[in-house]
Amino acid sequence: MSLFFTLILAAYICATIAYIVHFIKRDKKIRTIARGIMVAAGILHTLYLFARYFEVGHTPLTSHHEAVSFFALSLTWAFLSFRWRYQVKNFGAFVSPMVTALMFIALFSSHEISELPPALQSLWLPVHASIALAANGFLALAFGGGIMYLLQERELKKKRFGFFYTRLPSLEALDTLNHHCLAIGFPLLTLGIITGSFWAKQAWGTYWHWDPKETWSLITWLFYAALIHQRFTVGWRGRRAAIMSIVGFSAALFTLWGVTYLLGGIHSYVG
Amino acid sequence: MLAERIMVLGVNHKTTPVEIRERLAFSDPREPLKKLFSIPEVEECCLLSTCNRVEVFSVGNPTDSVKAGIRNMLFANSGVTDKETERYTFIFQEVEAVNHLFRVAASLDSMIVGEVQILGQLKQAFRDATEQNCTGVILNRFVQKSFSVAKRIRTETKIGSNAVSISYAAVELAKKIFGNLKNKKVLLVGAGEMAELAAEHLITQGVGEVIVANRTFERAVNLARRFNGSAVALSELISQLEIADIIISSTGASDLVLRKQDVKPVMRQRKHRPLFLIDIAVPRDLDPEINDLDNVYLFDIDDLQNVIEVNKSERQKEAGKAERIVKEETLKFMQWLENFEVTPTIVAIREKADAIRTAELAKTLSQLKDLSPGEIKSIEILTTSLVNKLLHDPLKFLKLNGAADEREVKLDLTRKLFGLDSEAHGKPGRRG
Repeated sequence: MSLFFTLILAAYICATIAYIVHFIKRDKKIRTIARGIMVAAGILHTLYLFARYFEVGHTPLTSHHEAVSFFALSLTWAFLSFRWRYQVKNFGAFVSPMVTALMFIALFSSHEISELPPALQSLWLPVHASIALAANGFLALAFGGGIMYLLQERELKKKRFGFFYTRLPSLEALDTLNHHCLAIGFPLLTLGIITGSFWAKQAWGTYWHWDPKETWSLITWLFYAALIHQRFTVGWRGRRAAIMSIVGFSAALFTLWGVTYLLGGIHSYVG
Repeated sequence: MLAERIMVLGVNHKTTPVEIRERLAFSDPREPLKKLFSIPEVEECCLLSTCNRVEVFSVGNPTDSVKAGIRNMLFANSGVTDKETERYTFIFQEVEAVNHLFRVAASLDSMIVGEVQILGQLKQAFRDATEQNCTGVILNRFVQKSFSVAKRIRTETKIGSNAVSISYAAVELAKKIFGNLKNKKVLLVGAGEMAELAAEHLITQGVGEVIVANRTFERAVNLARRFNGSAVALSELISQLEIADIIISSTGASDLVLRKQDVKPVMRQRKHRPLFLIDIAVPRDLDPEINDLDNVYLFDIDDLQNVIEVNKSERQKEAGKAERIVKEETLKFMQWLENFEVTPTIVAIREKADAIRTAELAKTLSQLKDLSPGEIKSIEILTTSLVNKLLHDPLKFLKLNGAADEREVKLDLTRKLFGLDSEAHGKPGRRG
């Protein structure tokens, strides 16, 4: 199993290298190769998820390894699904390193199978955890798009027309990307929190008890809610939306890791 | 050798100053083509005449008298002495000639590398030459190949994809900001040639509407009519900012037309939709500080010039890739020429063998009268396969690629071995 996982990681690394080479050389053939590897890695990774399910005996979303691996998987599919709707030039060169980084984190965390305490054995587990992590996948895309936006805007504002200017898509395309990612990511985040509270009710008897993870996910949620609200009413877009997406994703990551390692609480991995 | 017969002779912007070139330009190609074609030993020819070059592509024995003849034709009535003509003209032959035409067609030899006009001019030149019946198998193939090489380079490299003029640079920047220019509105402030040109390019890229603001309203109305747009007074400028997405300013005003504090409140009303401002006026019309506002992008004439510089160096890089393609295609074409030489010999050998086979078969069959159709068929198959098997190795040997001089020896030997040329000359042996 561990070997299988390393193989998937290797595929992601290859895809990342190919995307970056394409970013530098701008050779269409290399992009096709990169895409092919990325799809293959996504399929293998999905198979890994199923294999792990049969090995563990419950939905494999309980250990840190499993959660981060699923995060990477949802990021991959979120990215690939975007290609159906429209193309964002060179997006892969920014997304694939993120996937690879997540896979490395998953690789180095314990692959051991964690036994679920009976209190947590519930149908809500796969529902809550997968929705919350899928939300993270889309928010990560918004983060990547935000970085691309800031890079491209800098080139245009400073009139430097250098390396990134020719390679990055238009500001409008990146802003639309941000919009779409939030339009999918935010409802998922909302749903993740709601299903989580149902699960809490089932497991501990109350919907909400202000444990650090819950508090931080609420903070993250409020942050994105503010961004989306401003976007629709006052027309916050471009640079501001990009920065907000980057900050918001940092908050989401803190909810995922910072809380667990710094603040503790009943959520602590187990995720 | 066929390749030796291909030649390019002419003048271009690299070898000859414009004062000389302009005396050579041919507006009507018919007369000069006739003259070129009448030079003895010129079997095929084509004349390309543009403002940067006048070149003759020819197929024929490249003797000194042919070269002199072409030169005289080019420089007739130019008042340039014979000695000078030699200095100004270049000559490419064989591989170099092939390489040259491919580079010209792909716009690698142009003053602005990657410009698109040259291919059209070359196509016209070829059309003229074919209409005057000046081209044959070799030149047809040669020039048409250059078109496909140029096309391949356009699709495989980005040689022509970046803007190298001010007005195109404006379009490129607009696309970097808006992506798609559909339904975007352009506001021209003041009317200048460059602003009009930029507006025209933007319209071909799908821009939805043009608004013209000018100090003299009448001029604004006239210009607006040209673009199917609307005209406004210059005093309405700030209210128009709310609607327009791209603003091109080129007034002759000595003072600023638009300041930061004018634009700032408008952005809120625009719901922060991006605003792209181009200032091509000198002295400048737009306050440089406008660029500090969020979602507002201001470029002046120097910024646009920078875009062009970046793109030019980008094109140079792509040109390297294009040169590799030219080399590859030149090699392929040289190979085609070689095969073209070998092909007649192969055909001649096959024809001779088949003639012998059918003659001998007829003789034999006339003696063997009581054969069944099946048996006749078997004998026919027998003869055919004998001929094919016998010829297989010699033909393979002939088709093998080798060094150029070796190939000539091979060809010569093969023709003697099979008695191809003696037969063509009326079988002198039997006649005696």
